[in-house]
Amino acid sequence: MSVTQSESSSSSSSSEGLPPEVESWIGKVRYEEETEFDVERGYVWTTCASVENGNPLFWDDAVARELTGGPIASPTMLSVWFRPHFWAPGRTKVAQPLQIHFDLKETLGLPEAVMTDNEIIFYEPVRPGDRLKTSQILHSVSGPKTTKLGTGRFWVIEVRYSNQKGEIVGKEMYTGFGYRRGA
Amino acid sequence: MGTATNGSSGAVRNLTAGEVKAGDPMPAYGYDVSATTVILGALASRDWRPMHHDRDFAIHRNGTRDIFMNTPNLAAWFEKYVTDWTGPKGRLARLKFRMRDSVFPGERMEFHGKVDGVETDDTGCAFVRATIALKVGDRVCTECSARVALPSSADDNPWARKGDRWKP
Repeated sequence: MSVTQSESSSSSSSSEGLPPEVESWIGKVRYEEETEFDVERGYVWTTCASVENGNPLFWDDAVARELTGGPIASPTMLSVWFRPHFWAPGRTKVAQPLQIHFDLKETLGLPEAVMTDNEIIFYEPVRPGDRLKTSQILHSVSGPKTTKLGTGRFWVIEVRYSNQKGEIVGKEMYTGFGYRRGA
Repeated sequence: MGTATNGSSGAVRNLTAGEVKAGDPMPAYGYDVSATTVILGALASRDWRPMHHDRDFAIHRNGTRDIFMNTPNLAAWFEKYVTDWTGPKGRLARLKFRMRDSVFPGERMEFHGKVDGVETDDTGCAFVRATIALKVGDRVCTECSARVALPSSADDNPWARKGDRWKP
């Protein structure tokens, strides 16, 4: 099941004033990557603790065995697994999650950005030991808009996730707003 | 309709689709947000960006009045709110939310949910659609719509569905 642009955001799709480089990114699958580490339970527990999520699927192995055939990760953690380490040996440049978001900021000269909308669709459960693959697609970039934060553009990015068996585990749609603060 | 009693020390309660109808309220839930809430949530989701832990950066670069909760952790809060209500058999299919305003340390966030509808798809899977408002006082900070599968009977388990039998 695919997610269409109209389902994900109210941002308008417009090439108004867009650099050709950015226009060339729209609709293309980019940044096909494997996550830097296997899915592991420590992060699941830390995440559950951060929101006081006592769902026994994540805390009680007997419940997990009965309902999901063993432990799974909290579904909304999809993006956690592809966020790069803050530092790694030999890395000379800060690695960014959702690289298209940062490419847009840089290419469009918009120094600040926030996310405004997020949609997540959940397929096969993610399990400890999984090694996920991701890819990113830029769906649209709006014309110039002014909000209380500043003037900039909205954009919609899709992220697809699959596991080592090639099964889809989830899709996400992000709407970001890159902007320059008002004077 | 009952509220799930979750956690390994309590009895596990699972809501079934037959216990829910459009218009039903979900139990309200409130939480006092501190700087620790924001920073713990950001680091748990491996979000190292400074606006979620550095107050000076948030104020002077982002133009916000403090550090604020990050997107993946908000998703985790919505998941917790939904599955506290459904019990562990509740299987999230979709979560969509719009962040109208940020949540800052020192604020009390409240979740208010309402069932919009209950439907069964062509594979026999029962889904509930719900709308959830995350509010701080009278301010709606985030609007969320959730689609979650519930067991259609006590013996049913939405997690057992795979492939073509799972249509989120």
